[in-house]
Amino acid sequence: MAKVLVVTSGKGGVGKTTTTAALGAALAQRGDKVVVVDFDVGLRNLDLVMGAERRVVFDLINVVQGVAKLPQALIRDKRLENLWLLPASQTRDKDALTEEGVGKVIDDLRSRFDWVICDSPAGIERGASMAMRFADEAVIVTNPEVSSVRDSDRIIGMLDSKTVRAEKGERVEKHILITRYDPSRAARGEMLTIEDILEILATPLLGIIPESQDVLRASNVGTPVTLSNADGAPARAYIDAARRLCGETVAMQVPTERKGFMDRLLRRRAA
Amino acid sequence: MEALAKPQRQMVRLRGRSYVAFVFVPTVPIQDWLQEIDATIARSPGFFAGRPVVVDLASVDLSQSGINHLLISLQDRNIRVLGIEGVEEARLTPSMPPLLSGGRSCVIEPSAPKKVETKVETKPTSLLLESPVRSGQTIIFPEGDVTILGSVGSGAEVVAGGSIHIYGALRGRAMAGVNGHASARIYCQKIEAELLAIDGFYQTADDIDDALRGRPAQAWLEGSTMRITALN
Repeated sequence: MAKVLVVTSGKGGVGKTTTTAALGAALAQRGDKVVVVDFDVGLRNLDLVMGAERRVVFDLINVVQGVAKLPQALIRDKRLENLWLLPASQTRDKDALTEEGVGKVIDDLRSRFDWVICDSPAGIERGASMAMRFADEAVIVTNPEVSSVRDSDRIIGMLDSKTVRAEKGERVEKHILITRYDPSRAARGEMLTIEDILEILATPLLGIIPESQDVLRASNVGTPVTLSNADGAPARAYIDAARRLCGETVAMQVPTERKGFMDRLLRRRAA
Repeated sequence: MEALAKPQRQMVRLRGRSYVAFVFVPTVPIQDWLQEIDATIARSPGFFAGRPVVVDLASVDLSQSGINHLLISLQDRNIRVLGIEGVEEARLTPSMPPLLSGGRSCVIEPSAPKKVETKVETKPTSLLLESPVRSGQTIIFPEGDVTILGSVGSGAEVVAGGSIHIYGALRGRAMAGVNGHASARIYCQKIEAELLAIDGFYQTADDIDDALRGRPAQAWLEGSTMRITALN
Protein backbone atom coordinates (compact mmCIF):
# COMPACT_ATOMS: atom_id res chain seq x y z
CA MET A 1 0.00 0.00 0.00
CA ALA A 2 1.63 3.22 -1.17
CA LYS A 3 1.44 6.13 1.23
CA VAL A 4 1.46 9.77 0.20
CA LEU A 5 3.16 11.87 2.84
CA VAL A 6 3.29 15.67 2.75
CA VAL A 7 6.01 17.55 4.61
CA THR A 8 4.60 20.97 5.36
CA SER A 9 4.77 23.84 7.86
CA GLY A 10 3.26 27.12 6.67
CA LYS A 11 6.34 29.04 7.74
CA GLY A 12 9.48 29.09 5.63
CA GLY A 13 12.97 28.10 6.70
CA VAL A 14 11.93 25.63 9.38
CA GLY A 15 13.42 22.58 7.65
CA LYS A 16 10.82 21.08 5.32
CA THR A 17 13.27 20.30 2.53
CA THR A 18 15.92 18.94 4.93
CA THR A 19 13.23 16.78 6.53
CA THR A 20 11.92 15.52 3.18
CA ALA A 21 15.41 14.45 2.11
CA ALA A 22 16.33 12.96 5.50
CA LEU A 23 13.10 10.98 5.93
CA GLY A 24 13.18 9.89 2.29
CA ALA A 25 16.70 8.53 2.67
CA ALA A 26 15.95 6.90 6.04
CA LEU A 27 12.87 5.13 4.65
CA ALA A 28 14.78 4.04 1.54
CA GLN A 29 17.56 2.62 3.73
CA ARG A 30 14.95 0.44 5.41
CA GLY A 31 14.28 -1.12 2.01
CA ASP A 32 11.12 0.77 1.00
CA LYS A 33 10.87 2.26 -2.47
CA VAL A 34 10.67 6.03 -1.99
CA VAL A 35 10.15 9.08 -4.22
CA VAL A 36 10.60 12.63 -2.97
CA VAL A 37 8.60 15.22 -4.94
CA ASP A 38 9.48 18.91 -4.93
CA PHE A 39 6.35 21.12 -5.02
CA ASP A 40 8.25 24.37 -4.60
CA VAL A 41 7.80 25.36 -8.24
CA GLY A 42 9.93 28.40 -9.07
CA LEU A 43 12.10 28.11 -5.96
CA ARG A 44 13.20 24.51 -6.08
CA ASN A 45 15.74 23.33 -3.50
CA LEU A 46 15.21 19.63 -3.01
CA ASP A 47 17.44 18.79 -5.99
CA LEU A 48 20.34 20.64 -4.31
CA VAL A 49 19.82 19.01 -0.92
CA MET A 50 19.66 15.61 -2.65
CA GLY A 51 22.74 16.42 -4.72
CA ALA A 52 20.91 15.81 -8.02
CA GLU A 53 20.86 19.35 -9.43
CA ARG A 54 23.17 18.48 -12.32
CA ARG A 55 20.98 15.67 -13.57
CA VAL A 56 17.62 17.46 -13.90
CA VAL A 57 16.17 17.19 -17.41
CA PHE A 58 12.39 17.12 -17.02
CA ASP A 59 10.40 18.20 -14.00
CA LEU A 60 7.04 17.95 -12.23
CA ILE A 61 5.45 20.67 -14.39
CA ASN A 62 6.51 18.89 -17.61
CA VAL A 63 4.83 15.73 -16.34
CA VAL A 64 1.71 17.58 -15.09
CA GLN A 65 1.34 19.21 -18.51
CA GLY A 66 2.03 15.98 -20.37
CA VAL A 67 5.22 17.23 -22.04
CA ALA A 68 7.27 14.41 -20.51
CA LYS A 69 6.43 10.95 -19.21
CA LEU A 70 6.90 10.25 -15.51
CA PRO A 71 9.88 7.83 -15.88
CA GLN A 72 11.73 10.48 -17.91
CA ALA A 73 11.48 13.00 -15.08
CA LEU A 74 12.34 10.67 -12.17
CA ILE A 75 15.98 10.89 -11.02
CA ARG A 76 17.47 7.93 -9.22
CA ASP A 77 19.69 8.65 -6.21
CA LYS A 78 23.36 7.70 -6.68
CA ARG A 79 23.77 6.39 -3.12
CA LEU A 80 20.48 4.59 -2.51
CA GLU A 81 18.93 2.63 -5.35
CA ASN A 82 15.48 2.73 -3.68
CA LEU A 83 15.39 6.52 -3.58
CA TRP A 84 14.09 8.70 -6.40
CA LEU A 85 13.54 12.42 -6.93
CA LEU A 86 10.89 14.22 -8.94
CA PRO A 87 12.22 17.80 -9.17
CA ALA A 88 10.23 21.00 -9.49
CA SER A 89 10.56 23.50 -12.30
CA GLN A 90 12.66 26.58 -11.55
CA THR A 91 11.41 28.63 -14.48
CA ARG A 92 7.66 28.33 -13.92
CA ASP A 93 5.42 29.39 -11.06
CA LYS A 94 2.89 27.64 -8.86
CA ASP A 95 -0.05 28.47 -11.15
CA ALA A 96 1.26 25.80 -13.51
CA LEU A 97 0.10 23.18 -11.00
CA THR A 98 -3.41 22.01 -11.89
CA GLU A 99 -5.36 19.83 -9.52
CA GLU A 100 -6.19 17.34 -12.24
CA GLY A 101 -2.59 17.11 -13.44
CA VAL A 102 -1.13 16.74 -9.94
CA GLY A 103 -3.76 14.10 -9.11
CA LYS A 104 -2.74 12.05 -12.15
CA VAL A 105 0.97 12.26 -11.30
CA ILE A 106 0.34 11.26 -7.67
CA ASP A 107 -1.80 8.30 -8.79
CA ASP A 108 0.95 7.19 -11.14
CA LEU A 109 3.58 7.52 -8.36
CA ARG A 110 1.37 5.53 -5.98
CA SER A 111 1.50 2.56 -8.32
CA ARG A 112 5.33 2.66 -8.53
CA PHE A 113 6.46 3.45 -4.97
CA ASP A 114 5.88 2.57 -1.30
CA TRP A 115 6.27 6.17 -0.16
CA VAL A 116 5.50 9.37 -2.07
CA ILE A 117 6.94 12.25 -0.01
CA CYS A 118 5.78 15.70 -1.12
CA ASP A 119 7.98 18.63 -0.12
CA SER A 120 5.57 21.54 0.32
CA PRO A 121 6.57 25.14 -0.33
CA ALA A 122 6.09 27.67 2.47
CA GLY A 123 2.83 29.59 2.61
CA ILE A 124 -0.78 28.54 2.26
CA GLU A 125 -1.26 29.29 -1.42
CA ARG A 126 -1.53 27.09 -4.47
CA GLY A 127 1.82 25.31 -4.14
CA ALA A 128 1.21 24.34 -0.53
CA SER A 129 -2.42 23.37 -1.09
CA MET A 130 -1.49 21.21 -4.11
CA ALA A 131 1.28 19.48 -2.13
CA MET A 132 -1.17 18.47 0.63
CA ARG A 133 -4.21 17.89 -1.58
CA PHE A 134 -3.75 14.12 -2.11
CA ALA A 135 -1.88 13.28 1.11
CA ASP A 136 -2.69 10.31 3.35
CA GLU A 137 -0.34 11.47 6.09
CA ALA A 138 1.32 14.73 6.99
CA VAL A 139 4.48 15.69 8.81
CA ILE A 140 4.16 19.23 10.17
CA VAL A 141 7.63 20.68 10.69
CA THR A 142 7.68 23.15 13.58
CA ASN A 143 10.43 25.21 15.21
CA PRO A 144 10.14 25.92 18.94
CA GLU A 145 8.98 29.50 18.50
CA VAL A 146 5.52 31.09 18.57
CA SER A 147 5.30 32.22 14.94
CA SER A 148 6.17 28.78 13.63
CA VAL A 149 3.71 27.10 16.00
CA ARG A 150 0.86 29.38 14.99
CA ASP A 151 1.56 28.79 11.29
CA SER A 152 1.59 25.05 11.95
CA ASP A 153 -1.80 25.36 13.65
CA ARG A 154 -3.12 27.07 10.53
CA ILE A 155 -1.71 24.31 8.30
CA ILE A 156 -3.32 21.62 10.49
CA GLY A 157 -6.64 23.42 9.98
CA MET A 158 -6.11 23.23 6.21
CA LEU A 159 -5.13 19.54 6.36
CA ASP A 160 -8.43 18.94 8.18
CA SER A 161 -10.53 20.77 5.60
CA LYS A 162 -8.83 21.21 2.21
CA THR A 163 -7.46 17.74 1.43
CA VAL A 164 -9.22 15.11 -0.65
CA ARG A 165 -9.34 12.84 2.40
CA ALA A 166 -10.94 15.57 4.56
CA GLU A 167 -13.53 16.25 1.86
CA LYS A 168 -14.44 12.55 1.80
CA GLY A 169 -14.88 12.62 5.58
CA GLU A 170 -11.67 10.68 6.20
CA ARG A 171 -8.66 11.76 8.24
CA VAL A 172 -5.21 12.79 7.15
CA GLU A 173 -2.93 11.31 9.80
CA LYS A 174 -0.87 14.16 11.21
CA HIS A 175 2.51 14.15 12.98
CA ILE A 176 4.47 17.00 14.53
CA LEU A 177 8.21 17.05 13.91
CA ILE A 178 10.05 19.61 16.02
CA THR A 179 13.26 20.78 14.40
CA ARG A 180 16.11 23.06 15.48
CA TYR A 181 15.46 22.17 19.09
CA ASP A 182 18.03 23.20 21.67
CA PRO A 183 17.32 21.56 25.05
CA SER A 184 19.54 23.93 27.02
CA ARG A 185 17.90 27.04 25.53
CA ALA A 186 14.45 25.55 26.12
CA ALA A 187 15.40 24.91 29.76
CA ARG A 188 16.42 28.56 30.11
CA GLY A 189 13.03 29.64 28.74
CA GLU A 190 14.44 31.05 25.51
CA MET A 191 12.43 28.60 23.40
CA LEU A 192 9.03 27.02 23.67
CA THR A 193 9.22 23.64 25.38
CA ILE A 194 8.04 20.41 23.73
CA GLU A 195 5.08 20.35 26.13
CA ASP A 196 4.05 23.90 25.15
CA ILE A 197 4.14 23.06 21.45
CA LEU A 198 2.19 19.82 21.78
CA GLU A 199 -0.38 21.48 24.03
CA ILE A 200 -1.01 24.21 21.47
CA LEU A 201 -1.11 21.92 18.44
CA ALA A 202 -2.92 18.95 20.06
CA THR A 203 -1.30 16.57 17.56
CA PRO A 204 1.00 13.55 18.20
CA LEU A 205 4.76 14.00 18.13
CA LEU A 206 6.84 12.18 15.51
CA GLY A 207 10.27 13.26 16.66
CA ILE A 208 12.56 15.99 17.92
CA ILE A 209 15.49 17.02 15.75
CA PRO A 210 18.18 18.86 17.70
CA GLU A 211 19.80 22.03 16.37
CA SER A 212 23.06 20.94 14.76
CA GLN A 213 25.84 22.03 12.43
CA ASP A 214 25.41 18.68 10.66
CA VAL A 215 22.27 19.88 8.90
CA LEU A 216 23.86 22.86 7.14
CA ARG A 217 26.98 20.84 6.35
CA ALA A 218 24.89 18.06 4.79
CA SER A 219 22.79 20.34 2.60
CA ASN A 220 25.92 22.17 1.40
CA VAL A 221 27.40 18.93 0.10
CA GLY A 222 24.05 17.79 -1.30
CA THR A 223 23.51 14.75 0.89
CA PRO A 224 20.51 13.94 3.08
CA VAL A 225 21.65 14.36 6.68
CA THR A 226 20.78 10.74 7.48
CA LEU A 227 23.43 9.67 4.95
CA SER A 228 26.16 12.26 5.48
CA ASN A 229 26.73 11.56 9.17
CA ALA A 230 24.50 8.66 10.21
CA ASP A 231 25.86 8.74 13.78
CA GLY A 232 25.17 12.44 14.31
CA ALA A 233 22.37 13.58 16.57
CA PRO A 234 20.03 14.88 13.81
CA ALA A 235 20.55 11.75 11.70
CA ARG A 236 19.66 9.46 14.62
CA ALA A 237 16.58 11.57 15.36
CA TYR A 238 15.43 11.37 11.71
CA ILE A 239 16.02 7.61 11.59
CA ASP A 240 13.90 7.21 14.74
CA ALA A 241 11.19 9.37 13.20
CA ALA A 242 11.20 7.21 10.05
CA ARG A 243 10.81 4.08 12.19
CA ARG A 244 7.82 5.66 13.95
CA LEU A 245 6.29 6.49 10.56
CA CYS A 246 6.48 2.78 9.75
CA GLY A 247 4.53 1.98 12.89
CA GLU A 248 7.41 0.96 15.17
CA THR A 249 7.36 2.05 18.80
CA VAL A 250 10.55 3.93 19.55
CA ALA A 251 11.11 5.72 22.87
CA MET A 252 11.01 9.48 22.41
CA GLN A 253 14.23 11.23 23.31
CA VAL A 254 16.23 14.21 22.16
CA PRO A 255 19.45 12.80 20.72
CA THR A 256 22.44 14.91 21.69
CA GLU A 257 25.89 15.22 20.20
CA ARG A 258 28.20 12.74 21.86
CA LYS A 259 30.61 15.50 22.86
CA GLY A 260 27.76 17.62 24.22
CA PHE A 261 28.18 16.46 27.77
CA MET A 262 31.79 17.57 27.98
CA ASP A 263 30.90 20.92 26.43
CA ARG A 264 28.27 21.52 29.04
CA LEU A 265 30.59 20.49 31.82
CA LEU A 266 33.26 22.90 30.67
CA ARG A 267 30.82 25.75 30.18
CA ARG A 268 29.53 25.36 33.68
CA ARG A 269 32.96 25.48 35.25
CA ALA A 270 33.94 28.62 33.40
CA ALA A 271 30.86 30.48 34.56
CA MET B 1 -70.64 20.30 47.74
CA GLU B 2 -70.07 23.41 49.76
CA ALA B 3 -67.25 24.38 47.51
CA LEU B 4 -69.57 24.42 44.56
CA ALA B 5 -72.23 26.42 46.32
CA LYS B 6 -70.56 29.81 46.13
CA PRO B 7 -68.47 30.33 43.02
CA GLN B 8 -65.93 33.02 43.75
CA ARG B 9 -66.02 35.81 41.25
CA GLN B 10 -62.59 36.55 39.89
CA MET B 11 -61.69 40.20 39.54
CA VAL B 12 -60.49 41.15 36.09
CA ARG B 13 -57.17 42.82 36.71
CA LEU B 14 -55.84 45.19 34.15
CA ARG B 15 -52.21 46.13 34.15
CA GLY B 16 -50.38 48.63 31.99
CA ARG B 17 -46.97 47.92 30.53
CA SER B 18 -44.99 49.80 27.96
CA TYR B 19 -42.66 48.35 25.33
CA VAL B 20 -40.22 50.01 23.03
CA ALA B 21 -41.41 49.32 19.50
CA PHE B 22 -39.58 49.78 16.23
CA VAL B 23 -41.52 52.19 14.05
CA PHE B 24 -41.29 51.44 10.34
CA VAL B 25 -41.98 54.39 8.07
CA PRO B 26 -42.45 52.95 4.58
CA THR B 27 -41.64 55.19 1.66
CA VAL B 28 -42.56 54.91 -2.00
CA PRO B 29 -41.68 52.89 -3.95
CA ILE B 30 -42.53 50.25 -1.36
CA GLN B 31 -40.48 47.64 -3.23
CA ASP B 32 -37.25 49.61 -2.69
CA TRP B 33 -38.12 50.19 0.93
CA LEU B 34 -38.61 46.42 1.42
CA GLN B 35 -35.20 45.81 -0.10
CA GLU B 36 -33.71 48.10 2.56
CA ILE B 37 -35.40 45.96 5.22
CA ASP B 38 -34.00 42.82 3.57
CA ALA B 39 -30.51 44.32 3.61
CA THR B 40 -30.83 45.07 7.33
CA ILE B 41 -31.92 41.49 8.01
CA ALA B 42 -29.06 40.14 5.91
CA ARG B 43 -26.55 42.27 7.83
CA SER B 44 -27.79 41.21 11.23
CA PRO B 45 -30.11 38.21 11.26
CA GLY B 46 -32.49 38.30 14.19
CA PHE B 47 -32.39 42.11 14.36
CA PHE B 48 -36.20 42.36 14.37
CA ALA B 49 -36.82 38.97 15.95
CA GLY B 50 -39.13 39.24 18.94
CA ARG B 51 -39.27 43.03 18.80
CA PRO B 52 -42.64 44.82 18.56
CA VAL B 53 -43.01 46.64 15.27
CA VAL B 54 -45.39 49.50 14.44
CA VAL B 55 -45.96 50.68 10.87
CA ASP B 56 -46.37 54.44 10.37
CA LEU B 57 -48.23 55.08 7.11
CA ALA B 58 -48.34 58.89 7.38
CA SER B 59 -45.83 59.46 4.59
CA VAL B 60 -47.46 57.15 2.04
CA ASP B 61 -50.97 57.01 0.64
CA LEU B 62 -51.91 53.36 0.48
CA SER B 63 -55.26 51.79 -0.35
CA GLN B 64 -56.70 49.02 1.78
CA SER B 65 -55.28 46.35 -0.52
CA GLY B 66 -51.96 48.18 -0.58
CA ILE B 67 -51.79 48.09 3.21
CA ASN B 68 -52.73 44.43 3.15
CA HIS B 69 -50.00 43.68 0.62
CA LEU B 70 -47.42 45.51 2.77
CA LEU B 71 -48.44 43.58 5.88
CA ILE B 72 -48.15 40.26 4.06
CA SER B 73 -44.70 41.24 2.72
CA LEU B 74 -43.52 41.98 6.26
CA GLN B 75 -45.02 38.74 7.53
CA ASP B 76 -43.03 36.88 4.85
CA ARG B 77 -39.88 38.33 6.47
CA ASN B 78 -40.92 37.07 9.89
CA ILE B 79 -41.75 40.61 11.04
CA ARG B 80 -45.03 40.70 12.95
CA VAL B 81 -46.76 44.05 13.05
CA LEU B 82 -48.22 45.08 16.40
CA GLY B 83 -50.11 48.14 15.26
CA ILE B 84 -50.55 50.74 12.56
CA GLU B 85 -50.26 54.51 12.80
CA GLY B 86 -50.94 57.52 10.60
CA VAL B 87 -53.88 56.30 8.55
CA GLU B 88 -57.69 56.73 8.89
CA GLU B 89 -59.41 53.80 10.52
CA ALA B 90 -61.71 53.25 7.53
CA ARG B 91 -58.85 51.88 5.46
CA LEU B 92 -58.16 49.08 7.94
CA THR B 93 -60.00 45.78 8.01
CA PRO B 94 -60.77 43.99 11.31
CA SER B 95 -58.15 41.34 10.53
CA MET B 96 -55.38 43.94 10.38
CA PRO B 97 -53.40 45.08 13.44
CA PRO B 98 -55.19 47.86 15.41
CA LEU B 99 -54.78 51.57 14.82
CA LEU B 100 -52.51 53.10 17.47
CA SER B 101 -52.06 56.66 18.58
CA GLY B 102 -50.29 58.56 21.31
CA GLY B 103 -46.91 56.97 20.73
CA ARG B 104 -43.88 58.84 22.06
CA SER B 105 -40.57 58.54 20.37
CA CYS B 106 -37.56 57.39 22.33
CA VAL B 107 -33.99 56.40 21.65
CA ILE B 108 -33.40 52.74 21.00
CA GLU B 109 -30.18 51.71 22.72
CA PRO B 110 -28.65 48.80 20.87
CA SER B 111 -26.37 48.03 23.80
CA ALA B 112 -29.27 47.44 26.19
CA PRO B 113 -31.95 45.70 24.21
CA LYS B 114 -35.09 44.24 25.71
CA LYS B 115 -34.46 40.69 26.70
CA VAL B 116 -37.04 38.93 24.62
CA GLU B 117 -36.50 35.26 24.02
CA THR B 118 -37.61 34.08 20.64
CA LYS B 119 -38.66 30.53 20.19
CA VAL B 120 -40.09 30.75 16.72
CA GLU B 121 -37.29 28.88 14.96
CA THR B 122 -37.02 25.15 15.03
CA LYS B 123 -33.35 25.40 14.04
CA PRO B 124 -30.86 24.28 16.73
CA THR B 125 -29.87 27.07 19.08
CA SER B 126 -26.47 25.71 19.98
CA LEU B 127 -23.45 24.48 18.09
CA LEU B 128 -21.08 21.82 19.39
CA LEU B 129 -17.58 21.38 17.95
CA GLU B 130 -15.57 18.37 19.03
CA SER B 131 -12.23 19.37 17.52
CA PRO B 132 -9.91 22.31 18.15
CA VAL B 133 -10.47 25.50 16.16
CA ARG B 134 -7.20 26.08 14.31
CA SER B 135 -5.45 29.34 13.47
CA GLY B 136 -7.14 31.01 10.51
CA GLN B 137 -10.48 29.25 10.97
CA THR B 138 -13.65 31.20 11.73
CA ILE B 139 -16.71 29.73 13.40
CA ILE B 140 -19.84 31.89 13.00
CA PHE B 141 -23.10 30.92 14.68
CA PRO B 142 -25.47 33.86 15.11
CA GLU B 143 -28.36 31.60 16.17
CA GLY B 144 -27.08 30.88 19.67
CA ASP B 145 -24.40 29.36 21.89
CA VAL B 146 -21.18 27.73 20.71
CA THR B 147 -19.48 24.98 22.71
CA ILE B 148 -15.99 23.84 21.75
CA LEU B 149 -14.36 20.68 23.12
CA GLY B 150 -10.78 21.71 22.44
CA SER B 151 -8.72 24.83 22.11
CA VAL B 152 -9.17 27.92 19.96
CA GLY B 153 -5.81 28.65 18.38
CA SER B 154 -4.05 31.97 18.09
CA GLY B 155 -5.49 33.68 15.01
CA ALA B 156 -8.75 31.72 15.09
CA GLU B 157 -12.13 33.39 15.57
CA VAL B 158 -15.37 32.26 17.20
CA VAL B 159 -18.49 34.39 16.70
CA ALA B 160 -21.73 33.49 18.46
CA GLY B 161 -25.16 35.05 18.89
CA GLY B 162 -25.24 33.63 22.40
CA SER B 163 -22.55 32.56 24.84
CA ILE B 164 -19.26 30.82 24.03
CA HIS B 165 -18.02 27.86 26.06
CA ILE B 166 -14.48 26.60 25.44
CA TYR B 167 -13.28 23.44 27.14
CA GLY B 168 -9.65 24.12 26.37
CA ALA B 169 -7.40 27.12 25.93
CA LEU B 170 -8.70 30.28 24.26
CA ARG B 171 -5.77 31.79 22.37
CA GLY B 172 -7.67 33.45 19.54
CA ARG B 173 -10.69 35.78 19.39
CA ALA B 174 -14.10 35.14 20.88
CA MET B 175 -17.09 37.36 20.14
CA ALA B 176 -20.30 36.55 21.98
CA GLY B 177 -23.76 38.10 21.84
CA VAL B 178 -23.23 39.54 18.38
CA ASN B 179 -26.95 40.15 17.78
CA GLY B 180 -27.19 42.52 20.72
CA HIS B 181 -27.39 39.84 23.36
CA ALA B 182 -25.75 41.68 26.26
CA SER B 183 -26.22 38.86 28.75
CA ALA B 184 -24.06 36.47 26.70
CA ARG B 185 -20.85 35.31 28.34
CA ILE B 186 -17.57 33.75 27.35
CA TYR B 187 -16.18 30.84 29.37
CA CYS B 188 -12.86 29.11 28.85
CA GLN B 189 -10.56 26.74 30.72
CA LYS B 190 -7.44 28.69 29.96
CA ILE B 191 -7.53 32.34 29.02
CA GLU B 192 -4.82 33.51 26.63
CA ALA B 193 -7.22 35.34 24.34
CA GLU B 194 -6.21 37.86 21.70
CA LEU B 195 -9.59 39.58 21.90
CA LEU B 196 -12.84 39.13 23.80
CA ALA B 197 -16.07 40.85 22.74
CA ILE B 198 -19.62 40.76 24.04
CA ASP B 199 -22.35 42.66 22.23
CA GLY B 200 -19.79 44.94 20.61
CA PHE B 201 -17.83 45.79 23.76
CA TYR B 202 -14.36 44.39 23.55
CA GLN B 203 -11.02 43.98 25.30
CA THR B 204 -7.72 43.01 23.72
CA ALA B 205 -4.99 40.82 25.21
CA ASP B 206 -3.33 43.94 26.62
CA ASP B 207 -6.39 44.80 28.70
CA ILE B 208 -6.64 41.36 30.28
CA ASP B 209 -5.17 41.14 33.76
CA ASP B 210 -1.87 39.23 33.69
CA ALA B 211 -2.82 37.42 36.88
CA LEU B 212 -5.68 35.73 34.98
CA ARG B 213 -3.56 34.47 32.08
CA GLY B 214 -3.58 30.72 31.73
CA ARG B 215 -6.40 30.29 34.23
CA PRO B 216 -10.03 29.25 33.81
CA ALA B 217 -12.03 32.44 33.35
CA GLN B 218 -15.32 33.95 32.31
CA ALA B 219 -16.16 37.28 30.75
CA TRP B 220 -19.46 39.14 30.92
CA LEU B 221 -20.92 42.61 30.57
CA GLU B 222 -21.77 44.80 33.51
CA GLY B 223 -23.51 47.76 31.93
CA SER B 224 -21.01 48.84 29.36
CA THR B 225 -17.87 47.48 30.98
CA MET B 226 -16.50 44.04 30.41
CA ARG B 227 -15.66 42.01 33.48
CA ILE B 228 -13.26 39.08 33.38
CA THR B 229 -12.87 36.91 36.45
CA ALA B 230 -11.34 33.59 37.29
CA LEU B 231 -13.67 30.63 37.45
CA ASN B 232 -13.56 28.82 40.79
